[in-house]
Amino acid sequence: MDLRYSESDERFRGELRKWLAEAVPAHGPPPPAHDWAARRAYDTGWQRKLHDAGYAGIHWPTEYGGRGASPTEQLVYHEEMARAGAPYIGVNFVGMLHGGPTLVAEGTPEQKARHLPRILRGEEVWCQGFSEPGAGSDLAALQTRAVRDGDDYVVTGHKVWCSFAQVADFGELLVRTNPEVPKHQGITWLVLPMDRPGIEIRPLPTLAGEGEFSEVFLEGVRVPVANRVGAENDGWRVTNVTLRFERGTAFAMEIIQLGEFVAGLARVAKRVTRHHAPAWEDAGLRREIGRAAAEVDALWAMVKLSVCKASATGVPGLEGSAVKLHYSELYQRVTELGLRLLGRAALSRDDVAGLPVKPLLFEALKSLNATIAAGTSQIQRNIVGERILGLPREPRARS
Amino acid sequence: MDFRLSQDQEALREGIRVFCAGRFPTERLPELGKQGTLDRELWRELAEMGVFSLRRPEQEGGVGLGCAEAVLVFAELGRRLVPGPLVWTQLAAEWLPPAASGERVVTGLDRANGEPHLVEHLAVADAVLVLRQDGVHRVDPQTLRAEAVATPLDPLTPVHHVLELAAGERLAGPEAATRLRLEGAALAAAQLLGIAEATQELATAYASQRHQFGRAIGSFQAVKHLLADAYVRQELARAAVYAAGATLDDPEVGDVARAVSAAKLVAGEAALANARTCIQVHGGMGYTWEVPAHFYLKRAWVLENAFGTAAHHADDVATGLATRA
Repeated sequence: MDLRYSESDERFRGELRKWLAEAVPAHGPPPPAHDWAARRAYDTGWQRKLHDAGYAGIHWPTEYGGRGASPTEQLVYHEEMARAGAPYIGVNFVGMLHGGPTLVAEGTPEQKARHLPRILRGEEVWCQGFSEPGAGSDLAALQTRAVRDGDDYVVTGHKVWCSFAQVADFGELLVRTNPEVPKHQGITWLVLPMDRPGIEIRPLPTLAGEGEFSEVFLEGVRVPVANRVGAENDGWRVTNVTLRFERGTAFAMEIIQLGEFVAGLARVAKRVTRHHAPAWEDAGLRREIGRAAAEVDALWAMVKLSVCKASATGVPGLEGSAVKLHYSELYQRVTELGLRLLGRAALSRDDVAGLPVKPLLFEALKSLNATIAAGTSQIQRNIVGERILGLPREPRARS
Repeated sequence: MDFRLSQDQEALREGIRVFCAGRFPTERLPELGKQGTLDRELWRELAEMGVFSLRRPEQEGGVGLGCAEAVLVFAELGRRLVPGPLVWTQLAAEWLPPAASGERVVTGLDRANGEPHLVEHLAVADAVLVLRQDGVHRVDPQTLRAEAVATPLDPLTPVHHVLELAAGERLAGPEAATRLRLEGAALAAAQLLGIAEATQELATAYASQRHQFGRAIGSFQAVKHLLADAYVRQELARAAVYAAGATLDDPEVGDVARAVSAAKLVAGEAALANARTCIQVHGGMGYTWEVPAHFYLKRAWVLENAFGTAAHHADDVATGLATRA
């Protein structure tokens, strides 16, 4: 039960901290959320800097250009990135955390050579094409059809919640190649070049008012068979390999950022007033901030426990569902607390009276997605109940 | 960093778990509750297991282990609702060797908790440890003016209302009192973790075998999700309690006071909420005396009020944040 980072972890921390101290201020502030061209340039520019300094793909294997960092080095990495206020992963998210790792595990040598170095250098942006209007939590019910025609698949369908589609070069696309078999057995994983004819991208503004998501309509889009990852109809298994890369570090970055957010709330509480005194003097509000900080600490300890277990066994444990459940609900509770601290200042979404209203409001709205994306809280509770506690399953619907 | 339990720690936990399961089976709880007094024989057996001498150095006859091991042991004591002033006696072992060996039972009182002063297990105590602003004191129970409470909340935790507190003998200064509050909070948090685990497990087992509408009630999402939440709270508490133990042993890895406060707060919440869930999942039977779910909730309430409540620790964490900001 040892929480002490090793000497080599601390050496890694020292080097990274030194590099970040210069690199972060030099990269400047992020562009406005609606300016997608500028955001792509900003995020991929940061990715390039990470690459050139040897920090790109912290969890990717070294043979594919990654850092191959140990799980505890990854924790150090997230701690230091948050501490330095480094740019978020942004438009590099799908390539770095989903598409790239999937190619590492399942791609052909040609696919790896073509995409992996470019993703690492920030030259290639990916988006996700998994969910559909009729396939959300029940992802395997997806209907987008792909029909083989010579050396191509001809793809027709409708994808939603495609993050970063408007600036993406490639998409990770799940299609149905066999509608005659049980739903999990007829799915195929394709690399979709986003410049093909027949692709229409329509922004789907979120309740936060930003255009992070798009709908993607595919009408007879020809995708070369060479872009298939894994075997035909084996796509469901391929989608699950991404998890192999996850060694209990999922949500590490988000939890560290939440800790910074809570510390920021303490600063806000001293600047806003309630009943003619700083809100900080309100014991109720103050305790809520203290309690949130304690819960973030507990979550971070949970991540450490999970990472140490996974690095000993080589497989991530199921407790990731428990981390995700608590993180996402705590995130919402904490951002809601931010709104309550702001009081009537939260009637604005722009900064007012020198208060950081804009980021607090943005987080409060964005957090509503946390209990939905990547497995809703209800799905996570089923996973915990059935796979961890061993409770009897829900009756299965026909598949 | 390897935050997992070492093999020795696993073995220690297993040993105390097996011992407690044999001596304090859940079925015995109602009977133990009626007994109303502490079994001195059991107390000596706990001492032989090293419960009280755990953190004493080996040259003084102790086990020579740290807080990391102590939280593992106390989680197991909590899981079986082992009665007695366990935390106070372990804390007192630093000054009173007979406490370490199980010959003396030591209870305690923290003046910072405010009044009225209710002291646990006073009738069987050989000494009372009192935490005051100026330090740690030992008070002879005979010199206290106290009235036994006829009906204690937790049937396994008899209490006295102390009306007048004698001065006693000063054992150590204010730093020791502060340290004992932290160590005591960590050990109480560990017991709360044990309660959170035990109640989740009891409820899950019941939901798996209890049938209504022709199906096990645990297959219904409405019930399953209650239990999933109980599991999440338990695991969060486990991480926080282990972190508190590890940080007390190696203060360079974190902020000791903050780690302990987080553990006490999160584990208290987990124990209270899971014990309530346990009663709820048991339905009508959960409201009976016969089903032991209520013993866990009552003990959790006792421990929530020991070594700082959730509100107290939330305030401490907040104050720490403000100092850093």
